[in-house]
Amino acid sequence: MANMAQAIRMALHYGESKMGVKDIFGQDVGAPLGGVFTATQGLKTAWNTPLDERGIIGVAMGIAMAGDRCVAEIQFCDYIFNTIDLLKIAGNTLWCTNGQIQLPMVVMTPVGAGIRGSVYHSHSVDSWASRLAGWKVVMPSNPLDAYGLLLSAIEDPNPVLYLKPKALMRVRGDDLIPGEPESEKELKAMIDAPIGDRSKWKARWPELSKYQVPIGQGKITREGDRMTVVSYGRHLLLCNEVADKLREEGIAIEVIDLRSIYPYDWRMISSSVRKTGRVLFVNEDTEVTNFGEHLAYRVTQELFYELMARPRVLAGKNLPGIGLHASLEDASVPQKHEIEQEIRECLAEIP
Amino acid sequence: MATKSTASPSGSSRVSKRPMKVPMKASAPAKKGAPSTKIFSGLPKELLLPMHDLMVKSRVLEERLIKIYRAGESYFWIGGPGEEAWGVPLGLLGKKGQGLQHDWWHLHYRCTPTLISLGMEMIDSVRLMMNKATDPSTGGRNFSNHYCFPQWNVAPVTSPIEVQYPIACGTAHAQKRVKGGGISIVSGGDAGTAEGDFASCLIWSSRKGQELPVLITVQNNRWGISTSYEGQHGESQIADRAKAFGIRSMVIDGNDPVETYLKVQEQMDYIRKTGKPAFIEAMVSRLYGHSSASGANRVEGEVDALMEFEKKLLKSGLLKDADAKQIWAKYEAEGVAAAEQARGEAAPFADSVWDHVYVGSENADWRKF
Repeated sequence: MANMAQAIRMALHYGESKMGVKDIFGQDVGAPLGGVFTATQGLKTAWNTPLDERGIIGVAMGIAMAGDRCVAEIQFCDYIFNTIDLLKIAGNTLWCTNGQIQLPMVVMTPVGAGIRGSVYHSHSVDSWASRLAGWKVVMPSNPLDAYGLLLSAIEDPNPVLYLKPKALMRVRGDDLIPGEPESEKELKAMIDAPIGDRSKWKARWPELSKYQVPIGQGKITREGDRMTVVSYGRHLLLCNEVADKLREEGIAIEVIDLRSIYPYDWRMISSSVRKTGRVLFVNEDTEVTNFGEHLAYRVTQELFYELMARPRVLAGKNLPGIGLHASLEDASVPQKHEIEQEIRECLAEIP
Repeated sequence: MATKSTASPSGSSRVSKRPMKVPMKASAPAKKGAPSTKIFSGLPKELLLPMHDLMVKSRVLEERLIKIYRAGESYFWIGGPGEEAWGVPLGLLGKKGQGLQHDWWHLHYRCTPTLISLGMEMIDSVRLMMNKATDPSTGGRNFSNHYCFPQWNVAPVTSPIEVQYPIACGTAHAQKRVKGGGISIVSGGDAGTAEGDFASCLIWSSRKGQELPVLITVQNNRWGISTSYEGQHGESQIADRAKAFGIRSMVIDGNDPVETYLKVQEQMDYIRKTGKPAFIEAMVSRLYGHSSASGANRVEGEVDALMEFEKKLLKSGLLKDADAKQIWAKYEAEGVAAAEQARGEAAPFADSVWDHVYVGSENADWRKF
């Protein structure tokens, strides 16, 4: 099974060979490194840029404006913040021109904690991104979705922010990507750049097929009727683990992988909450004006009389940074035991 | 897409959509008794008079926009009166059209003269000024001079200054790939060069072996709203910064349409021939201050490039006084008529706010997810 970095690499290869992507670029995205998480190794259209995030976003906008497809990368989302007004303009260009100028561009960036990345390699941007009107925002939690969401992002005529949960880049999924060889060793030999001299190395790509995850469509990863838990990215896997543990106690938790932050799958959320009457939203961006709060607000407004307990949000602490020491990081972003505790407390509430 | 005809309904004279190629030095000897073009560096009458015509049109339009603002028929004015001698020749020299084979324009909000020389009609600027649904640039959504004309590769003008500089590198990158002779032209003000985006453009366009076909320009009016050049810059000339990147750069008198025409032509030729960037710092006037926020009143002591040019044309005999008056009157009438027409046109519907958030007006309202 491919890991998420390999899945993204294969999606980009499919994009450049079958979907008209002409440029994949960012800091250290081209040879010899092929991305700090190796997600762009071996791609024929990948190239390196200056260390200039605003330049990267601006150039992506220009390429898209000119009618070409591109995928740009900001090396870590911690460094995307100085591009925020360019992202805003990218999101409002179609609207401001009354529908005249489209910007079909993808910006991908690693997000979240979980790798002991200290203050500037642990940020999240999903809540900020949810306020970038005109953008679509997605985040996969497994390699197959990473592949399918990226193909949808490339195909979409709007700007799409593709958030990569950095702690999952080496995590393998349960499903083969269409065309991927079954042997992990074989895939590695085909598409992983060798250690050392790479100057003569070329990737041997498997015959991949098109597989897309529609933007705006969530997925139920655990079925249940006692409570709904909605998450995405790294924390989706933690929610699954907690649900599996509780299932052993006979408590059936329904877990939704939102996959798209905007537009989001409200039908899936509302249908599940109507069934369970209880809901917890989990993500690791900071907690004040968190995207989960918007979802909790909407649940309160639209499903109030069907609730058995108050909606809950578990998110990152409202801190200026995520400290390097494990004790600091763990105290800053939601941990598995905290998810379990929130679920148990919610289940214990009596209306 | 084919280029639109440059003939205007008002019957104004225009130069051909293809820029007139002018030798850099000698000019053909004038016929005996004919007015001399010597003081115009040999630029022919067939270019000089249409340039003057377009400069007048742009000036009259801008002054009409200010009157519309003063009449309370618009919320805000910002524009480019005083930059006609820079903007009109620039627009005439571009390879006009849609697609990568043509030039891309990344302009700022003092670009009316360039748009006029590209073929924009007064009425379309007035519609933008009066926030009408018929405004072809924004549908009533944005400020005056925030133009967008995809049929001429005119990228949307935005209020945040200088963001257009790295975006221009993107279109230039795509143009370089197709090798069709199209270049990207970017303009901005002197104050905005303090933004990092300006430096991004210099860096991205000049990397060895990866140079981009960009004409990088700065219109230096020596003001940033109310702050003087000296209060914002340590460098003597902004062009010196481009030189540091090995970019062929020059400072020109942007109040002289002849010098502008010749120097822009020279730089454009260089870019099209080499695929490398070039830089122009044009010294220009700001005749009505920053915007309506500072009153939009005529400022004393600034060179009026249009009147200086007209004086020279009259003195040389290339332009007759009666003809000059007729040109001014013609555009004055066109401006009045444009305002009257736009006044009667529809405003945007309130429920159109959700249109074009996404392509095809795909639903973007979370209430309807």
